[in-house]
Amino acid sequence: MRIVVAMSGGVDSSVAAALLAEQGHDVIGLSMQLYDQRGGEQSWGTCCTLDDLHDARRVASVLGFPHYIVNFERQFQETVISNFVREYASGRTPLPCAHCNSDLKFSTLLDRARGLGAEQVATGHYARVAHAPDGRWLLKRSADRDKDQSYFLFSLTQDQLARAVFPVGHLVKSQVRDQARRLGLTVADKPDSQEICFVPDGDYASFVARKEPAAARAGAIVDEDGRQLGTHGGVHRFTVGQRKGLGISAPSPLYVLKIDADAAMVTVGRREALGQTRLTASQVNWVAIDAPGSAVRVAAQIRHRHTPGIGSVRALPDGRAEMIFDEPQAAITPGQAVVFYDGDVVIGGGWID
Amino acid sequence: MNVQRIYLDHNATTPLLPAVVDRMTAALRDEFGNPSSVHHFGQQAKAAIDEARTEVAALLGADPSEVLFASGGTEGDNIAIRGVAEALEPTGRRHLIASGIEHEAVLNTLKALAKRGWRTTLLPVDQTGIVSPEALRAALADDTALVSVMHANNEIGTIQPIAELARIAHERGALFHTDAVQSAGKLPINVKTLGVDMLSISAHKFYGPKGVGALWIRRGLRVLPLLTGGRQERSRRAGTENVAGIVGMGLAAKIASGRMTEEGARLAALRARLEAGILGAVPGTAVNGALDRRVPNTTNISFDRVEAESLLIALDLEGIAVSTGSACSSGTLEPSHVLKAMGFNAHRAQNSIRFSLGAASTGAEIDRVVAVLPGIVNKLRSLTRSAVRA
Repeated sequence: MRIVVAMSGGVDSSVAAALLAEQGHDVIGLSMQLYDQRGGEQSWGTCCTLDDLHDARRVASVLGFPHYIVNFERQFQETVISNFVREYASGRTPLPCAHCNSDLKFSTLLDRARGLGAEQVATGHYARVAHAPDGRWLLKRSADRDKDQSYFLFSLTQDQLARAVFPVGHLVKSQVRDQARRLGLTVADKPDSQEICFVPDGDYASFVARKEPAAARAGAIVDEDGRQLGTHGGVHRFTVGQRKGLGISAPSPLYVLKIDADAAMVTVGRREALGQTRLTASQVNWVAIDAPGSAVRVAAQIRHRHTPGIGSVRALPDGRAEMIFDEPQAAITPGQAVVFYDGDVVIGGGWID
Repeated sequence: MNVQRIYLDHNATTPLLPAVVDRMTAALRDEFGNPSSVHHFGQQAKAAIDEARTEVAALLGADPSEVLFASGGTEGDNIAIRGVAEALEPTGRRHLIASGIEHEAVLNTLKALAKRGWRTTLLPVDQTGIVSPEALRAALADDTALVSVMHANNEIGTIQPIAELARIAHERGALFHTDAVQSAGKLPINVKTLGVDMLSISAHKFYGPKGVGALWIRRGLRVLPLLTGGRQERSRRAGTENVAGIVGMGLAAKIASGRMTEEGARLAALRARLEAGILGAVPGTAVNGALDRRVPNTTNISFDRVEAESLLIALDLEGIAVSTGSACSSGTLEPSHVLKAMGFNAHRAQNSIRFSLGAASTGAEIDRVVAVLPGIVNKLRSLTRSAVRA
C-alpha cells in the first residue's frame, strides 16, 4: 500500500518511515517546510536550507524511497501561526502542535498524499490508533507513557484517524533509537525537539509582539482584590500559573491567576488560589463515544505532562463540555486542551475556555 | 518500482554528450599540465584551452580573445555586473538596471550592490514576459552604468529584443550585459548582431559539464576581476584553469553549433505536439509566455486548480521529470517570480509547470506524458481543499 510519511528529520518519523518500508509498503516521504528561517529577509526565489529537512532527505535516500519537500509556509501561517498569535494576544495560552496535527498534517498534507495515490499519512507520533468492534476509530496513548503525544492529537476526526498511521506508537523511545541504529540512520542520536518549532529561541512574547504589535499594550498587574501591584508590557507575556517574570517583589511567591486581554489586566495571587475544580471547553471532539448527555467518569489532562485529574464530564450545547474534577487542579489555562481519558483511550477533548 | 524515466527538465541541466565525456576523460588523463607552465605539459594544456576558446567563440560569433572562462553562468553574471559596476564607480555611474525576470544570479547580485550604495531598477515585463523598449528608456538615467537583460528566460523561454534594448542603453552611455545561459546552443547567437557588451553562458545547459561557463567581454571593455591572483584569463579571472571542464565545454559548443538548426526544428515540433496534447486533453490549461518568441525546447503551462508542487511530485512518481520555474537548494517550490512579474496572481504563479525538452526527447515520450497527465490532474483537482484560491 502507498503511504505518505510526514518526515521532520527527527528520529521518530525517520524510524516510522523505515518500519513501513520494511513492511513492504510503498513509502513516500514528505517534509513540510513551514516557516522561513532566514530571518525574514525577503529575496527573489526564496528558499531555506533547513538542516532537518536535509536529514529527512538523507534518511529517505539511505532507505531507498522517494522524498520531497513541500512548501506549506502559507498554510502554516494561516492555520497555526495566526492562531498562536491571536490566542496569546487575547490572553490565552495556545497549543500550536495540536492545530498543526489536525489542521495541517491530517488535512492539507493528507490531501496532498491522496493526490499522490496514498490513502494514509504516517507520522512519528507516540500514540496508537485502534479500530473498535463498533466501527469507531479509537485514539490511544503510546506504549511509552512518558513520550505519549495523544494529548496533541485529540482533535482528529474519525475520518482523520481512519487515515492516520503511527508506526512507533507501540514502541518506547529507547526502542525507536535502537531501531534507528539498527538501520544505520544518522539521526539515531539526534536530540528530541523541545521548543515550539517556529520559535526556536523560546521567546514567545517577542515573536507575538513582532507579528501583532497591538498585543504589546501595557497594563496593570493587580491582586485578587483589584489592588495594583505593578505594570506589564502586554498580556501576551503571561500564562496562567506563571510565577517568573512578573516583575513584582512580594513576601510570598505570586502566580498569574487570570488574564483579561480587553482590560489589559493580569491578576496574580497565592499558589492556593490557582486550584480550580471546574472548567468548560469548546469545539469538543468526541472520539470514543458520542457526546454524552449525562456525566461520564474520566481522567482529564489539562496540559502536556499534567497528571490527569479524575472527575466527571458532560456535553453542553454548541459543541462544548463541562468537566468537574474531584480535586482542585492547579492552573487550568484557557487556550490549552483538556483531553478526557478512560485508561489509555482518548474519550474526547476540547479547548479550555 | 521500475519506471521508464522521462527527462523533460533540460533547462535545469542536460546530460553530458558521450563524446564530451570521452574528450574530458582524455583531458583529465593526458592533459594534466598547468596551462601556465612553460614546458611541454603546460603547453599541451594551454593548447587544449585555446582550442576550446575558439570553439566557444564560434558559438557566439565572437573573437576567441574576448572569451573568458569561469565556473558557470552565475560567475559570468557576477563578473559582468560587479566587474563593470566597480570599474565605473569612479565615473559616478552608480545606477544598475535589470529586468524583473532575471535569474537569481543577476537579481541577487544587484541586491548585494544595492546594499553597498548602488541604485538599482528592475524593469517590468508584459504579460508574455517581454521587456518593452519604453520601459528601458524610462528607467535609464545619466548615471546608469549597466543594463542586464537575459536573452531567453529559463522558466518560460521568452526571447527578449536584446539588440533593440542594447541600442537604447548605449544611447544613454550605459553598457549592456545579457545572460544567454538559456539561449546558447538553442538559438543562433552573434554578439555583434546583438550589439551587447557582455554575454554569459554555461556549458551544462548544452550537454557540456557543470562547473564551467564563459563570459564574452567586448574587446577593450574594462571589467575589474572578482578573483585576483595569477594572470590566467588575461588577469581577469585568476586561478588555475579547469582544463577538462573547459575542453568539454569547447566540444559541446562545437557540436551544438553544428546541430542547432535541425535540432531546434525537431524540438519545436515535439513541443507543439506536447502543447496540443495537453491543452486538448486537460481542461483549464494555458501556455505562458510569448508563443512566437520562445526558445524551441521550452513550454510553461498553467494548470488551473492544481498546485504545481503536487503535480511535479505526482509526475516524478510516474517517472516524468519536470520543474516549476527554478529549483532552489532545499528543493522547495516558491511562486515563480517570473510569472508574478508577468502580472499573474499568486495562484497562477504557483500552478505552472515547465517542460523543457532536449536531445533525448522523443515523440513516444511526449505521447506518454500526454496520456498520463489527465488522470493525475483530475485526481489532484478532486482533492483540493485548501490549496486553491483563484
